[in-house]
Amino acid sequence: MDMPKPNPTILARKSQLLDRLASFLPPEALIHDPAETRAYECDGLTAYKCPPLAVVLPASTAEVSETLKICNDMGVPVVPRGAGTSLAGGALPTEDSVIIGVARMSEVLETDYDNRFIRVQTGRTNLSVTGAVEEDGFFYAPDPSSQLACAISGNIAMNSGGAHCLKYGVTTNNLMGVTMVLMDGTVTEIGGAHLDAEGLDLLGLICGSEGQLGIVTEATLRILHKPEGARPVLIGYDSSEVAGQCVSDIIKAGVLPVAIEFMDRPCIRATEAFAGAGYPDCEALLIVEVEGSDAEIDEQLETIMDIARKHDPVELRQSSSDDESKRIWLGRKSAFGAMGKINDYMCLDGTIPVNELPYVLKRIGEMSKEYGLDVANVFHAGDGNMHPLILFDANKEGDLELCEELGAEILKLCVEVGGCLTGEHGVGIEKRDLMLHQYDPPDLEIQMAVKDVFDPKWLLNPAKVFPLASSDTRRIAAE
Amino acid sequence: MKALAPTSEAELAEMVASASEPLRIQGGGTRPIGVPVNGQPLTTSGLSGVNLYEPGALTLVVQAGTPVAEVRKTLAAEGQRLAFEPMDHRGLLGTTGEPTIGGVFAANVSGPRRIQAGAARDFLLGVRFVDGQGQVTRNGGRVMKNVTGYDLVKLMAGSYGTLGVLTELALKVLPASHHTATITLSGLDDSTAVTALSRALGSPFEITGAAHRQTGDGPQTCLRIEGFEKSVAYRAGQLRTLLADLGTAEIETDPDANATLWQDIRDVACFHDGPGDIWRLSVKPSDAPGITAQIDGAEALYDWGGGLVWLRVPQDTGADTIRTAVNATGGHATLIRGNRAGGVFQPLSPPVAALQDGLRARFDPRGILNPGLMGRAA
Repeated sequence: MDMPKPNPTILARKSQLLDRLASFLPPEALIHDPAETRAYECDGLTAYKCPPLAVVLPASTAEVSETLKICNDMGVPVVPRGAGTSLAGGALPTEDSVIIGVARMSEVLETDYDNRFIRVQTGRTNLSVTGAVEEDGFFYAPDPSSQLACAISGNIAMNSGGAHCLKYGVTTNNLMGVTMVLMDGTVTEIGGAHLDAEGLDLLGLICGSEGQLGIVTEATLRILHKPEGARPVLIGYDSSEVAGQCVSDIIKAGVLPVAIEFMDRPCIRATEAFAGAGYPDCEALLIVEVEGSDAEIDEQLETIMDIARKHDPVELRQSSSDDESKRIWLGRKSAFGAMGKINDYMCLDGTIPVNELPYVLKRIGEMSKEYGLDVANVFHAGDGNMHPLILFDANKEGDLELCEELGAEILKLCVEVGGCLTGEHGVGIEKRDLMLHQYDPPDLEIQMAVKDVFDPKWLLNPAKVFPLASSDTRRIAAE
Repeated sequence: MKALAPTSEAELAEMVASASEPLRIQGGGTRPIGVPVNGQPLTTSGLSGVNLYEPGALTLVVQAGTPVAEVRKTLAAEGQRLAFEPMDHRGLLGTTGEPTIGGVFAANVSGPRRIQAGAARDFLLGVRFVDGQGQVTRNGGRVMKNVTGYDLVKLMAGSYGTLGVLTELALKVLPASHHTATITLSGLDDSTAVTALSRALGSPFEITGAAHRQTGDGPQTCLRIEGFEKSVAYRAGQLRTLLADLGTAEIETDPDANATLWQDIRDVACFHDGPGDIWRLSVKPSDAPGITAQIDGAEALYDWGGGLVWLRVPQDTGADTIRTAVNATGGHATLIRGNRAGGVFQPLSPPVAALQDGLRARFDPRGILNPGLMGRAA
């Protein structure tokens, strides 16, 4: 993975930069000792590491603004960081960059149940947003798997989703307003506690822009009342094609489950060995969950089970208790841990149109044989977001490279059938160089022109998202 | 002036590239919102038709000039619908012609189901458009989750043709509901009505419409629920109990009566006839009654639990009066019908205005796409 070479001028002016930052930041907010900056050398994509020049941990929007003004003035690249759980290298620093981490900014600023919103500082973790309102029966809907650890700032940067987004949407559908600091230090307010912000939809643009347009320090988020209850059904088939057809038929019938999860045989076997959830050994397993009152759940599950039966399932198990629901979800929730126990693995994040599922699974099976690497599949079937897990041996010479090659081939396949390179993890550095497989140069050019408007010197997270060769003129001109 | 009416994306791109004067971009021309553009009309109505429909994947790919009615018909044949319930502006604005799907997204037009399902922009998965230089660009795709690069799809929604001319749209659609019920409380004042709507929206009973309107028989506060039969009956009963201290609820389950009622709310039917300026306010629901009370002679229709306020005010009411009332609490106001002298759209804060101007300059460096439309009247 190539990253731009550090700018020697910036490295030479390190002490001047630190002096300027120390002039207004309290000592605990500025880290530059190499032993301590190492904690920030990577995010959840640990294959690539580089310690930053310094780390700033502000306690307020004003401190973020001051820090950015100085970095902008001195031409120092800035890498925004939430909780550092990005799986795409979105928070990977360079040697000549300053990390601005919002982890210390985690306050709830306002809770309003009448108008159904919560306003928080964006270092707050996803799950603790729900934590702040759940005693009163409310929740924040987007639920990325990392929700215990990941920060709202990162959720906004990556437009995070989760298992329940089939019904509730992803971050962009639940974000009402932000306070954002531009690279030159300007503090902007976009949107608020009302729906559909005025002017061009800048909120929609910022969401998913991977920290390249500004640093979001506060967010107004939509909260919803929790449903009365939820219950899953487990359906097993001996053909992934039939399972795919069942998903499609459920959706066509007018039922909108909150989650439809899919696991293939390699994944089922691995999780059974690990968690012993009692799953059948079949080719494809679906977990479909619906919400509502008991009577509503019964009605929806009846429809779903009727559809499932028509496709001749090898297993059809409706949960009848909380304990049984937990067991149905246990295997799915243990899937990533189970695979990790067997082997090293790389987790992909491609999205496909749901009806292409059987073809894509078949092709992945063939490619897996071709490359001699096993692939297990677990994904959100309702919205076509796949997470093929490629197993490899990190200690075996050349295995990682082979795995990366297969990963790229699978993502290209997703694009070929009408899908995209990333459904929820983001581009970061990981998929940066694949972007031209999904977009033509003019499509990327106009996206880069957007960054020109927000960050004319290309200092915010500059070497991410766009292939280096596409963005180099802009980045070099900025130096 | 005769309108340019391209019949293909390539022809449209060529027309924009070779244009030497400003263009007035429109779909069916049924939503003349904003400051009228002095330029050559260009209509997308020649770009029409469904390119791809996959009911099992809940996706539809359609050309921008396709009539909304045709989209609805295509979806209805498979038991599906546009979940965001786009408003038809013809009754309110006295326009004729055929609303197009491109026009719906260009103005980000959503209806009562906005509070539960989301806005038009939430259902737009991918776009193709021609920018101000005549360059064809695409963004997004046709899958529901996509974080590949910047989300220009959202940016294009609600940009009123100022960043590019939409040519093709990929949409997420949803199954139509099987049953509908409306729970109506009569005679509540504005403030109590918004309390009732907020209480219902803060319940687990999945409200898909929450409005307060004036009728010949006095005010009515209406809550809509949709879904399977037993579920609708159960939730209607729960809501009646939840609101019992505020009044006795009537429950309407007739499909035709429900369709008419919510279409009237969606299209603001109560203000179709008679004089007066029409404003559309997006505010925090609990602020709505206070704002309305500050404006002399204002009549209001509250949708979205009070978050969307339709105001009819006397013709000489200045924009400043409306904006002062809204600015005090946050939110924004758009003039939909009436004297444009005070500006149509909410003035933006200087940093946001600078970003918006910057984006327009990049997408349309020659300033030929609907110039002036989102600005103040001359």
